[in-house]
Amino acid sequence: MNTPNATVSPVASISFTEQVSWGVRRLFVQLGVLPFMLVLAVIVFGTLSDQFLSAQNLMNLMRQSVYLILVSTAQMLVLVTGGFDLSVGTIMALTSVVSAMVMQSLGSSLPDMVALVIVAGCVAGLMVGMLVGLLNGLGVAWAGVSPFIMTMGMQSIGFGAALYLTGGVPVNRLPPAFSDLFGFGAVFGLPIPVLVTVVCVLAIHLLMNRLPTGTYLLAVGGNAKAAALSGIDTRKVLLMAYLLCAVLASISGLLLTARVETGEANLGGTIALESIAACVIAGVSLRGGIGRVPNVVLGAIFIGLVQNGMNLTNVGSYLQMVVLGLLLIIAVVADNFRQHMILPSAN
Amino acid sequence: MYDFHLLHTEGLSRYYPGVRALDAVDFDLAAGEVHVLFGENGAGKSTLISLLAGANNPSAGSIYVRGIAKHFANVHEARTAGISAVFQEFSLIPTLTVAQNLCLGEEPLHNGMLDKQGLLKRAQNSLDELGFEVNASALVATLSRAQQQMVEIAKGLRGQVSVLILDEPTASLTELETTHLFALIGRLKEQGVGIVYISHRMQEIFQIADRVTVLRDGRKVCTVKAAETTHDQLITLMSGRSIEKIYPHIESRPGEVVLEIQNLSTRSGVRNASITARRGEVVGLAGLVGCGKSELLRAAYGLDKVTHGKVSLKGRDHTNASTAQSLKLGYFYLPPDRKHEGLVLGFRSTSNITLHALEGSLKGWGGWLRKKDLKDMAIRAGDQVELTSRNLGKAVGLLSGGNQQKALFAKGLTSNMALYVFDEPTVGVDVGTRSALYEVIKQLCEGGAAVVLISSDLPEVLHLAHRAYVMCSGEVMGELQGNEITESGLLSLFFGTKEGKS
Repeated sequence: MNTPNATVSPVASISFTEQVSWGVRRLFVQLGVLPFMLVLAVIVFGTLSDQFLSAQNLMNLMRQSVYLILVSTAQMLVLVTGGFDLSVGTIMALTSVVSAMVMQSLGSSLPDMVALVIVAGCVAGLMVGMLVGLLNGLGVAWAGVSPFIMTMGMQSIGFGAALYLTGGVPVNRLPPAFSDLFGFGAVFGLPIPVLVTVVCVLAIHLLMNRLPTGTYLLAVGGNAKAAALSGIDTRKVLLMAYLLCAVLASISGLLLTARVETGEANLGGTIALESIAACVIAGVSLRGGIGRVPNVVLGAIFIGLVQNGMNLTNVGSYLQMVVLGLLLIIAVVADNFRQHMILPSAN
Repeated sequence: MYDFHLLHTEGLSRYYPGVRALDAVDFDLAAGEVHVLFGENGAGKSTLISLLAGANNPSAGSIYVRGIAKHFANVHEARTAGISAVFQEFSLIPTLTVAQNLCLGEEPLHNGMLDKQGLLKRAQNSLDELGFEVNASALVATLSRAQQQMVEIAKGLRGQVSVLILDEPTASLTELETTHLFALIGRLKEQGVGIVYISHRMQEIFQIADRVTVLRDGRKVCTVKAAETTHDQLITLMSGRSIEKIYPHIESRPGEVVLEIQNLSTRSGVRNASITARRGEVVGLAGLVGCGKSELLRAAYGLDKVTHGKVSLKGRDHTNASTAQSLKLGYFYLPPDRKHEGLVLGFRSTSNITLHALEGSLKGWGGWLRKKDLKDMAIRAGDQVELTSRNLGKAVGLLSGGNQQKALFAKGLTSNMALYVFDEPTVGVDVGTRSALYEVIKQLCEGGAAVVLISSDLPEVLHLAHRAYVMCSGEVMGELQGNEITESGLLSLFFGTKEGKS
């Protein structure tokens, strides 16, 4: 609708450098810091490592990023309502543990009905994920608990429950077909995890842009009171945001379980921070009301790309945490700056 | 028997713990009339319209639409019954476009999907029909206040509306836009729409009202025909006492210049404004909401950056000084929003009153606080504003609006300031507190301090100021002295007609 047209100058007579700086400014206002950081990261890692830009590595990057892309999209749904979900990691862990346990026990009693076992496991995993989302939504929308406390509490509860269920031991002996399909399978050369992610992301994009629900999510985050005055049931909208977030995180949990071939309570340990970082870098406002799916996908890819690049250039995992934290803060500072440029009147 | 009434209420009440915000009000509205609600802040006007519009639930009493008792659980249900409200507090979502806002909750669908073109077209049509020049695809956050107000009105009028509630709709409109709005109201009247209208502007009331209902302290005082009442009668009805009893007479003994602002501009919207304030006089600063009157003195105080121009305080350059420096030199600024800017709500009044003195006289040997002095200081300041010691010990958040405002005033009374700037000093306080606060202003002024009174409440400026400036869109439009300060004199400058008095 309003694609940035950075090459058209407002006045023909200004110099080339001014034109460029005007274009850069405009690009920044329209899209935020993300394009700049993305280009910078590609240049830095591209020069430091020969393998970085190879087709194989990029495919690999894609495959590694899908889990974060899914969770970041989920996180966005909650962020635009003005909240956030710290329990996405727990949702993944619980989904993983419960689905694995169901598949393990059913698999040993019904060894001939693999499809049924897998479906039952997935459904059980999704159900438990949705339960967490439901509780988050009820707590935030009905009980009025702040999203920070509610989801942090659920994070602890869920993690504890996952450890309790498994006794801290990974759940093994899953049906091989499960991992073959959802972990390593491919259709027309496209890995199934990538395919699932594309479908989910498209669905959410559609929801945000072509359904009234998307507007309601943004409206509740933009001004909850105004949304209520416009006849929107804000509690229902909030509940749906947390529920949908949980479903997506749960799907991500299932895909990751298939990939690692075990049910693990430690799955998704840092994903809450990473998904929030991806969203913020992608210009999602922490105050709510602003957020776009394509940007968030790019934001998640960016974080995957930085991690991938640092792995290739032998930056240790400890330093990687430092870099990730720094990127998050830089993105927020840049976003504040950008808000100031868009809305000079806001304070 | 009531079917000739479009809308009426019987014994409508709303109680909050300790407060009767609305107390057994019988109100009625006929089709095709403009019914003005008149009263002070906190008289119950806002409560009444929030109940009528379904934004709030009554504690007792009932609402009837065309004689049928209705209960509105939310705004949506009231809208379905044809009652639509445009609240003063903007109900727009700044991060969405105008079109998205106008269609919120009633989005046009095409095969179950959002019809984006239809959305835009519908919104633009409704704006054009009303004669509002607003682009439907613009983000609301980028609009001016007046434009936002227009979108707000357009939103209130969507769908079938038989009762339209307008809460100070002209507060941020220009004269031309106001004329448009009144023409629109005229058209709606002809269509048989009943209009409930809240306004503080006398002129407006006599211009458009058919009937006026006066509210005071949550109760209905009376309903009068607009044609059969007068300005003074309404004021007396509203306040329950004659004008002389509310506003004290303040002696003016102009002395040395304390504050001089020359050609000041800020990023917050002040343009090339100059004013002076002298000891021993009350300087009024009037203008519409958003005209820059508050921003001007905030910048001088050190809250906003001065981009151009000069501020001198007591003869010394004070441009872009810090707020700490301002306080030290005796410049006290009372913010308009006591809950967000003025008070730490969880603190006791004592702690609030002495907060800015902690770095000064209260700091004793070795940096320890002098607790005894602190208490004495608070009690002394509290005495001056008639704040009892029982209230001094309570958390400010638990006090009534009037007592909160008294605590806020007391902050300025802990030491002798040279300049007091009161920004909307009586917003949301009852008449009794008002006259107490005016008495404080009188004592400060007559004690030799310079007082600047920033106010959107016209009578306040009319009755207290010795000299008055009027601002409009960031500029000082004119200065009025003594007898020149009249309602028409001030209002003629409100909309930017420079030197309107000549």
